[in-house]
Amino acid sequence: MTAPVVVFAVGNPSRGDDAIGPVICGRLAKWLANENLADQVDLIEDFQLNIEHALDLQGRELALFIDAGQNTPAPFIFAQIYPSTATGHTTHALPPEAVLQVYRQMEGKEPPPSFVLCVRGEKFELGEPLTATAGYHAAAAFELLMGLCRQPTAAAWEKAVHK
Amino acid sequence: MTYNLETAEHPEKLRRVAIDPVSRVEGHGKVTILLDEQNKVHQVRLHIVEFRGFEKFIQGRPYWEVPVMVQRLCGICPVSHHLAASKALDVIVGAKRLTPAAEKLRRLMHYGQMLQSHALHFFHLCSPDLLFGFDSDVTKRNIVGVAAAHPEIAKRGVLLRKFGQEVIRVTAGKRVHGTGAVPGGMNKSLTIAERDALLKDIYHIVSWSRDAVHLIQKVHIQDPGLYNSFGIFRSNFMSIVGHNGDLDFYHGTLRARDDNGKLIFDDVDYQQYDKYIEEEVRPWSYMKFPFFKSLGKEHGWYKVGPLARVQNCDQISTPFAEHERREFVDYAGGTPMHAPLAYHWTRMIEMLHAAEVIKDLLHDDDLLGDDLMVEGERRMEGVGVIEAPRGTLFHHYRVDENDLITMANLIVSTTNNNQAMNEAVRHVARRYLNGREVTEGLLNHIEVAIRAFDPCLSCATHALGKMPLAVELVDVEGNVVHSLSRS
Repeated sequence: MTAPVVVFAVGNPSRGDDAIGPVICGRLAKWLANENLADQVDLIEDFQLNIEHALDLQGRELALFIDAGQNTPAPFIFAQIYPSTATGHTTHALPPEAVLQVYRQMEGKEPPPSFVLCVRGEKFELGEPLTATAGYHAAAAFELLMGLCRQPTAAAWEKAVHK
Repeated sequence: MTYNLETAEHPEKLRRVAIDPVSRVEGHGKVTILLDEQNKVHQVRLHIVEFRGFEKFIQGRPYWEVPVMVQRLCGICPVSHHLAASKALDVIVGAKRLTPAAEKLRRLMHYGQMLQSHALHFFHLCSPDLLFGFDSDVTKRNIVGVAAAHPEIAKRGVLLRKFGQEVIRVTAGKRVHGTGAVPGGMNKSLTIAERDALLKDIYHIVSWSRDAVHLIQKVHIQDPGLYNSFGIFRSNFMSIVGHNGDLDFYHGTLRARDDNGKLIFDDVDYQQYDKYIEEEVRPWSYMKFPFFKSLGKEHGWYKVGPLARVQNCDQISTPFAEHERREFVDYAGGTPMHAPLAYHWTRMIEMLHAAEVIKDLLHDDDLLGDDLMVEGERRMEGVGVIEAPRGTLFHHYRVDENDLITMANLIVSTTNNNQAMNEAVRHVARRYLNGREVTEGLLNHIEVAIRAFDPCLSCATHALGKMPLAVELVDVEGNVVHSLSRS
């Protein structure tokens, strides 16, 4: 049975604050289990987003992309995102909007309402731990995340965007 | 084999064009081009920010942690590092020969990696250039543009990649950070359900892979003037080859040929690699320049990866891929093909071979076996070599009596191709940029040449908010006179 919500948590746990996504993902998995919400949310952790993640959007009602941000507002940004063709040049990693666009082109229909939770990181060096500042940012983001998971509707998430 | 255009005579008098970082290549790379007032090219360098922190990251860790740790060096081909490290540590735990089940499971994992990586590269990174042209609208020259114009091709690319990821998941335990391979063997076999799920799709995968070979073959043959000459340079080439000279991505001995295809060395045990290969440091690049010791720095550099492998082997063991290899060799006219854009054709031949090997392995009941581990006489040093998607990958470790890593040396595929990529970029700059006003389309020609090698710049950091590409033209006084950016 496909869970109605899919959460993508992106990042490399061994590259400093790039670990924000995996750290939040681990915390969220435990919290969902404690709250008996695990069957409502599928968690997908990966180093980076790529084309095959479009397939993980199939059959969902809501999608959330959690990632570290560099030079983005602190502690985090929560925003609704839409499919975008404006991805002229990318690395092997796709931005979330491009994943939505690949879904749209492959499936011939609109992706589920999708949101990004971009948590500011400070340092991204190989072998470095999460910085204390990033830890605070992740904690703040997790507060929001718990509220989102308790109210997994597009309307509630859109309201949270505008808070 | 000279280094023309590597160093200008009077760089202080020239304009500088920087492409930083190179787009659609993992991690960070930068191309700098020095031009005079007539836009004549005087110096071209591909700089790569290589993480020499690799070795430091690994040193001091217990050896059994290494196969898992090294996957975090690179988010693009973690399986290659996982298996190369495991092979090196097999030597250290005295596992001279793995059990049939363990070796076949590792092969399955590796060929799954090869399939998904080659599919991603072709359908995602390169098909935009190949289907739309190097000068096409920049906003369409990406996978999203491909999906819009060729939805079936784009969908197959996604499904091929997904299948390869699924092979990795069932063999490694997880799609990322898997733990399947351990020193001395594997820690899990396949269940019948996992095998049957893969068998259900494998015939489509083989069929689509054949179609992909035919697509790139057609693209290549339709425009030989471009595809046979773009960025061309002659060089030695190297790979491992398997039993009887077969194409083999997982195990074999080292073989190298010169630019005419004549053997330089063959049947070399890779435990002895450092007797044959040396790495040169140049002051302007963080990435080293490997070369064959017997030929010296100037003449001993080489290329690796699909174009090297397909022409270095004597045959391919699977029928469809062998047929395609022969087509390629015939097209090349019996002498080695050196055109960088031929990497795409050979990459698809390799993808087809990977699909066929996966099909054969899935019909082998050894994959379900539970005899997965061996050990033997403990050693203090081991080398593991594998043919990663981008080329030959070396992992070399020493451990102490407390099982801690005291020395680690990695030569990654992209390092092996360092000089070759520089040569390709210089050729393109000389051919297309010399004396012309620099435009985005012309700069993409440089990137097309680099992308042909599918370099992995070893950076799994991809945080949102990074600028993917900036190009600046700077005058003699250092003032920015023109800039291009893509965000």
